[in-house]
Amino acid sequence: MQSMGDALGLAVALVLSGDADLLEIVLLSLRVSLTATAFACIVGLPVGALVAIGRFRGRSAVLIVMNALMGLPPVVVGLLVYLHLSRSGPLGFLGLLYTPTAMIIAQTILIAPIVAALSRQVIEDLHVEYAEQFRSLCLTRTQTVQALLWDARYSLLTVGLAGFGRAVAEVGAVIIVGGNIDHLTRVMTTAIALETSKGDLGLALALGIILLGIALGVNAAVQSVRMAAVRHAYV
Amino acid sequence: MTYAPLADCGEETAILPLAVRDLVLRLGEATILDGINFDLGPTGCTMIMGPNGAGKSLLLKLLHGLIAPNSGRISWGKVRPTRVTSRQALVFQKPVLLRRSVAANIEFVLRARGKDVARRDFLLDHVGLAHKAAQPARLLSGGEAQRLALARALATDPEVLFLDEPTASLDPASVLAIEAIVSDARARGVRIIFVTHDPGQARRLADDVVFLERGRVAEHSSAAEFFPEPQSDAARNYLSGKLLV
Ligand SMILES: Nc1ncnc2c1ncn2[C@@H]1O[C@H](COP(=O)(O)OP(=O)(O)O)[C@@H](O)[C@H]1O
Ligand SMILES: [Mg+2]
Repeated sequence: MQSMGDALGLAVALVLSGDADLLEIVLLSLRVSLTATAFACIVGLPVGALVAIGRFRGRSAVLIVMNALMGLPPVVVGLLVYLHLSRSGPLGFLGLLYTPTAMIIAQTILIAPIVAALSRQVIEDLHVEYAEQFRSLCLTRTQTVQALLWDARYSLLTVGLAGFGRAVAEVGAVIIVGGNIDHLTRVMTTAIALETSKGDLGLALALGIILLGIALGVNAAVQSVRMAAVRHAYV
Repeated sequence: MTYAPLADCGEETAILPLAVRDLVLRLGEATILDGINFDLGPTGCTMIMGPNGAGKSLLLKLLHGLIAPNSGRISWGKVRPTRVTSRQALVFQKPVLLRRSVAANIEFVLRARGKDVARRDFLLDHVGLAHKAAQPARLLSGGEAQRLALARALATDPEVLFLDEPTASLDPASVLAIEAIVSDARARGVRIIFVTHDPGQARRLADDVVFLERGRVAEHSSAAEFFPEPQSDAARNYLSGKLLV
């Protein structure tokens, strides 16, 4: 067991040295979570937009489900994806369990509802403001959706970043479907969990520092996007 | 570069004259418009006047096809009611501008309505906003924002242009700039239907006046008759500045 001070020193040295194993873990984390964020936006934004401007039966039920899914526990998502991808599961023949693809699938399922629910709110607020003007201009439904998505771009960017932040920080889903296999599916959060339990606090702390840095970076990005948008009165 | 002629709208049937018959609008318990009747000819500028809450804004939205009446008829020539909105434009009291540059606001409408996007610069120049083209639209002053809304409305080549108190709370120079643009459109044959609470503005622009009071037409007369000698008590009191109770 190392002392806190020793561990911190080791961590800083690891980060500064650009350790190859460390880099591999960080890059895999980013690849998995960024890809999941992209897929979650591809699915979540149109769903959010359709629910935002649509008036259909069962809409309030859809809203309740969307909001409930925002709070999906990562381990439950991991378990469900595991059940589908395991050898005896319906998608077992794909052989995806314990691959980065499985982790991307799990994180996409985890954050797509977040993107959908948050973007629904953003787009609906904008639609309330624009609806009468757009009807006066005789815009088609497609033109309306396109214009709303574009005019909400700054808010939607922060929605995407919120989704990424949640994906990159979660451990429950990726550890179940990824298995934390060295050089294959080990990401920052699962490595931290493992190294901490092994007592290798230096590596765990080094990863923790990087994870914190990413969280800070995401927040700084959100903040500067917001400020740029406010300066132009685009929010 | 100039405006497309009105005949370019791809519609054969004339949208004017307008006939409004027994128009009734109820919202909840309240009867907002209570049997509106009037006729408007094919050209000119009609001012709709009346105290706050008389139903002027809702009447414009009915005429433009944004809302439906509970009963009564609005006949725009022999044009089917579903086809009139696209041949008209409405400038709202508070312009709703897109979160884009001034130029992009015009471009958006030109593109969405299948018009020549190159007309953007002409339109911006026409309303005196060429020098603001690259600026964020939502940072414009009240008068500039309203001129942009006007340019956007004109971008659709409307045959009828509705304006809902577009100069309320603007300074005199902005008011005159907007009136000049409206007069120009009128001179090119656009039918103007203009809501105002300002008798001076009505005098400057009106060919005829429809005076609304509590959801009814108190009076519809030509400008030459209306201003020297209003026929209804409501209009007479309003013009002389008496408070209506
Ligand atoms: N959505 C609504 N529901 C109920 N009443 C409304 C609504 N919109 C407007 N009103 C009422 O209808 C009346 C006429 O409104 P409006 O046409 O805006 O008057 P104005 O002549 O001042 O433009 C007002 O008394 C207003 O309070
Ligand atoms: Mg009004």
